[in-house]
Amino acid sequence: MTPERPGELGRENSGGSHQGPTGPERMGDIRAAAMRPVLDTPRWWWPTAGALGAVVVLGLAAWVVQVSVGLGAAGYSDQAFWAVYEADLVAFIGVSYGGAVVSAILRLTNASWRAPLTRIAEATALVTLPVGMLFIIPHLGSPWKIWELVWPPYWNTASPILWDFFAVSTYLLATAVFFYLPLIPDLAIGRAWLDPGRRGLRFWACRRMYQLVGGGWDGSPRQRRLLHGAISLVAIMVIPMAVSVHSVLSFAFASSSRPGYLETIFPVYFVVAALYSGVALVVLAVAACRRLWHLEAFIHPRHFTRLGFILVAFGAGYLYLTFTEYLIDGYSGTTGNAAWVRQVLVGQYWIPFWFYFVAAGLVPLLIMAIPRTRTMRGVVVASALVLTGMWVKRLVIVIPPATEPLVRSPLTALGTLVGNWGTYHFTWIPISITLAATAAIPLGLLIVFRVVPILPMAEMEELADSPAVAAAPPPLAPARGVLSGPSVSAYAAPPEGIGPGGDTASDPRGWSPRLDSGGLPWGR
Amino acid sequence: MNAEPTESPTPRDRDGQAVVASADTAAADHPSPVAARPPRRFSRRRFLGEAATAGAGVAAAGVLGKGLLQHPAVLAAGPTTKQASNQTKATHQWAMVIDLRYCNGCKLCTTACQAAHYLREDQTWIDVFPMRNAAGQSYFMPRPCMMCEDPPCVPVCPVSANFRTAEGLTLVDQSRCIGTRICMNSCPYQARYFNWKAPRTAPRQPFPQEPGWPVPQVQGTVGKCVFCAAMLPSGKLPECISHCPMGALYMGDLESDVAVNGIGNTVKLSKFLKDNDAVKFKESYGTHPRVFYILGHGQDLDLDAGGA
Repeated sequence: MTPERPGELGRENSGGSHQGPTGPERMGDIRAAAMRPVLDTPRWWWPTAGALGAVVVLGLAAWVVQVSVGLGAAGYSDQAFWAVYEADLVAFIGVSYGGAVVSAILRLTNASWRAPLTRIAEATALVTLPVGMLFIIPHLGSPWKIWELVWPPYWNTASPILWDFFAVSTYLLATAVFFYLPLIPDLAIGRAWLDPGRRGLRFWACRRMYQLVGGGWDGSPRQRRLLHGAISLVAIMVIPMAVSVHSVLSFAFASSSRPGYLETIFPVYFVVAALYSGVALVVLAVAACRRLWHLEAFIHPRHFTRLGFILVAFGAGYLYLTFTEYLIDGYSGTTGNAAWVRQVLVGQYWIPFWFYFVAAGLVPLLIMAIPRTRTMRGVVVASALVLTGMWVKRLVIVIPPATEPLVRSPLTALGTLVGNWGTYHFTWIPISITLAATAAIPLGLLIVFRVVPILPMAEMEELADSPAVAAAPPPLAPARGVLSGPSVSAYAAPPEGIGPGGDTASDPRGWSPRLDSGGLPWGR
Repeated sequence: MNAEPTESPTPRDRDGQAVVASADTAAADHPSPVAARPPRRFSRRRFLGEAATAGAGVAAAGVLGKGLLQHPAVLAAGPTTKQASNQTKATHQWAMVIDLRYCNGCKLCTTACQAAHYLREDQTWIDVFPMRNAAGQSYFMPRPCMMCEDPPCVPVCPVSANFRTAEGLTLVDQSRCIGTRICMNSCPYQARYFNWKAPRTAPRQPFPQEPGWPVPQVQGTVGKCVFCAAMLPSGKLPECISHCPMGALYMGDLESDVAVNGIGNTVKLSKFLKDNDAVKFKESYGTHPRVFYILGHGQDLDLDAGGA
């Protein structure tokens, strides 16, 4: 435990008491803060990971019970043939969209303030997407036959579910590539920070991985150009892929004649819902990482207010789509549609629907509209509300149409259908499995940030336009660091074209994103 | 249709599509011109390019051949076109007639069906719904599987577990079904039932467990009325029909144009349907059911007036 350890350096500087850091210190700051989760094991790490892991194991046990007893044990019946797992599938794949938004869209729009958030956002996408995909397994009645989905002779290309499977798999691959590409220069930097004196499987694996991924990176202009090109290309590709995933998911519902499922609005509705809840999850993940790994110097309250505005933009859009859907179906006057709308708004599903309306509809808008609550804490509260509210909204989307009576007297008056509506009753099994999936997300993030830097060091350093940075190269590694030198030092020099300008050097909060000239009024 | 995979799954074999065989022979007669070209140097770029082209081609052919052409929207030309065009002429085309004038709601059809197929209480493959007509009078409406000519449940299954036989029966291959339940979503008649728990055990059956005689049921798969498909070739009536004391249910054959009920009445099917103004349930959905309803208790002719 020498004082030069990068972790110590970072901890010193993250206290916020230091005055206007000079270039090298700031550079070291970023690297120290980014590598700290990899190098240090905080006291809370193992208890937290253990508790989350226990919840996941409980969920797996619940699934084993469900497989042996049958799906009926999860509260399903012929009058509620689709329920909580389908809502979970949509909700958990949906929250992975936050990574696409914050990384891809903000990257393509050159919003440089995004930089400190991108790694966290992309890691969130990378963790939530497999969790969401895994909900196919409890959803299936015969999960032991799931191999048939990848057995081409059995494929039915007219089936939306098959295309769901293809779309989600492709999107997972794109998300992984999108996570991997910006990691290359970071792991090249990170090699210097992996003290060869540290023993253990994790450090051994990290060293191997950093060497494998970042070993060939020398930061030459050509490599840099290629990497930027590749990242931009994947950023462009990942957006239509994300749109396709939820569109095709919605087709599985809409390929039906049931009122409430047969909706032309569904693809858009699902995509906007996914973006909405995805941004909310990014906010929570960023807030948690900022708190737990002391990233206050890099992630500022104004990052949250900006994410908050993105959040409520999607929230308002989703509220509008919900309004349109119910208005038109309720207005149509056909018995099935009117009865379904009535059932959702004032019938047996009124509690979940109005919960959504308040928690994920109105309150987030109000929080961002009122200056007093438009704070970091406010945005975090709004995001938590959005995540729960949108999960409940998915239940409202999935369950009522699945419980509709389709054979009924022709002459029930408008909106007063008395047929035998089914109901879905939760049991401990789907609750355990849903909780397990919820716990799997922070657990996955804890594990991911045990092996990769939590901040995109290379990107942040490129964007930090400080004259001091240009003047003095940053400390490459701790004194004891044995490093394959030339590549890292070549990379660590700031890129061309970054010259004096901006007032970030005097920003007492440390690293500041460069803002475009037409900066938003709430920035800085 | 030449995009059909050669290792066509069993359901398609049962469909007896002669088109598949002819397309394969045609391909064999004309060897691919690629083979005649001088060999090019094998490179990774070339491999990737060709693999991508082949993949895209297979996918496109699959979509066009299997997906769109078989989709009900494309084939909705008429109830009989599909039969005539791509299925071999079968000896029988099964249909059912339900005479609502005679149904008294005793539900003996339901219990007989459940007994014969060893179904649980909640699996009402033929269900009898109490209904109410314009004058507020009650009547009963039995609802088996409609054996649609354009069944919405078939194209949505990701693993092709639903299929339609040459004799016009829509069946489920329970050894294939993975239990996505998307067919339950697409069926407008709520005629599909899932095995949510372990099914009732059944003694040894005269027929093996197969789509035409799905006894015993399989946990985690979808089951539904099969018109007792395995009993029909031997001239036996389905259980619901032979147990209907009112003679309200008729088993019919569109090929030989005859229908028989459980109390020994035999009618000429086409004349019987025409004379009694038979209707189909939710005809506006374009499913072309093979179950005909005869009204007579003041019901609307359009049975799906209460539908979506």
